[in-house]
Amino acid sequence: MTTMNRPPVPSEPSVRSVLWVADAVVSYGADPPALRRAQLKVVAGETVAVLGANGSGKSTLIRVALGLVPLVSGSVTLFGTPLRRFRDWKKIGYVPQRIGAASGVPATVREVVAAGRLVRQGLFRPASEVDRDAVDAAIAAVGLTELARDPVATLSGGQQQRTLIARALAGEPEMLVLDEPTVGVDVASQQNFTDTLRRFVRGGGTVVVVTHELGPLESLVNRAVVLHHGEVVHDGAVPVAGQATPTSDQVHPHARRDQGWLPPHGEVVRSRQA
Amino acid sequence: MTLLAYDFLRNALIGALIIGLTAPAVGVYLVQRRMSLIGDGIGHIALTGVAIGFLTKTSPVLTAVIVAAVGAVSIELLRGYGRLSGDIALALLFYGGIAGGVLLIGLASDRSNANLLSYLFGSLLTTSTEDLIVIGALSVVVLVVTVGARPWLFAVCQDEEYARVAGLPVRALNLTLAVTAAVTVTVAMRGVGLLLVSALMVVPVATAQQVARGFAATMATSMGLGVGYAGVGVYVSFRLDVAPGAAIVVLGLAVFVAVAVVAAVTQGWRRSRIGVAIPKTLDE
Repeated sequence: MTTMNRPPVPSEPSVRSVLWVADAVVSYGADPPALRRAQLKVVAGETVAVLGANGSGKSTLIRVALGLVPLVSGSVTLFGTPLRRFRDWKKIGYVPQRIGAASGVPATVREVVAAGRLVRQGLFRPASEVDRDAVDAAIAAVGLTELARDPVATLSGGQQQRTLIARALAGEPEMLVLDEPTVGVDVASQQNFTDTLRRFVRGGGTVVVVTHELGPLESLVNRAVVLHHGEVVHDGAVPVAGQATPTSDQVHPHARRDQGWLPPHGEVVRSRQA
Repeated sequence: MTLLAYDFLRNALIGALIIGLTAPAVGVYLVQRRMSLIGDGIGHIALTGVAIGFLTKTSPVLTAVIVAAVGAVSIELLRGYGRLSGDIALALLFYGGIAGGVLLIGLASDRSNANLLSYLFGSLLTTSTEDLIVIGALSVVVLVVTVGARPWLFAVCQDEEYARVAGLPVRALNLTLAVTAAVTVTVAMRGVGLLLVSALMVVPVATAQQVARGFAATMATSMGLGVGYAGVGVYVSFRLDVAPGAAIVVLGLAVFVAVAVVAAVTQGWRRSRIGVAIPKTLDE
């Protein structure tokens, strides 16, 4: 991975993207479509926030990008390869909303994080020294070394979230995709999490984060994509950037729409960041 | 131990110990996936396999392995595609399996009901040396898969979506687990019977997860408990002249209750000492 400066936001389709969702349409049964020709293009080194209220389709958009939700129409390209033929999953670190099976059989922090290393370890190959070190380093990166042998179910919400981030980091990805990483997370964990992401971005990593409130992440994000009713209604500068707002007043599309900064429904504004 | 002077008892004991070791090794994944009852369903389906064995005068264990594996793979595919309501699909398969089994055994008129009962409730004491070889060989396969592929099976059972994004062969791993569960059910059916197979897969795990802190520890503890229950259960069943399968399962349940009570008491004690509630889940 090169340590070049952050590349400009793509304005031409010719710019090579690491994640490109084009004209995505997703429908769950008889409900109105969850996504209506939604677009998302991310180039290497960017930190993009996908914002929107509950039910806006923001989570669906990244789940489409990862192949977890089938498309009715449209296309997904990852690192220049169509999703159907994409096999290089070690380049992607996925942080889902919450830990799976938290109250099933207990699992230690280390066991969960080690699952993130399997993508590099190879099928049915025992973990090497390098693999074990990578798992330890990922746990250390999120500040959970002391708790590595504790069952994840006994940790706080913030610590569980950090466990999931460590799991994604253990595979040494080029791009992190995070789904609502700050929901129910205490302030200390949010700060730890922001620091972890900042180090990742400084190392040349790409970040796509889905959230309904940016919080401390705001300082990291250099582009925001806002969804409303399954459509992209804003793609450009972070809506609150530069505005003098109280810190408790987080980015919240509904609130913002009431205050008038969001464009009318359906209108796609492309006010690119300079 | 003078009991071991009896060949049949020695075979019964060895068979029970192997089953006690193997069943929880598969069960731990089923419990983790919250599919604790799936072993029961596979057992129902296996009964049709047993009946086909009777009817065609081939080895009932062999036909049971095949039919149970086909059933387990069908369940897994139904679950994976998510087309049908999983609950209804499972119910149909289970009842079809047991009804089909009883029907086919009825057609094989030269077989008595006693034979059917030996598969429903197990007949550990009639375990022959040939049976032991089959049980042992199949158990080795099950243990190689469940212990050898633990990190991969764990990843898939713990968070299937994550495993998919991590590029793991999720479908293949799920099918492997399904077939392994089917093989385990058929192996254990000789010992504890089809109706109690699931108990031996689940009860030791339920007990172990109360005391263990991690997945590997839960797995190891439950396998140890399974062996212990099997050994003590066979001994008790001989002493009291009761069915070994039932003795093993009742013993397991008794230990579960005892551990649950002790765990609740110590946790309450700890909580009152620290003065704060220990966060258990992420639920908002």
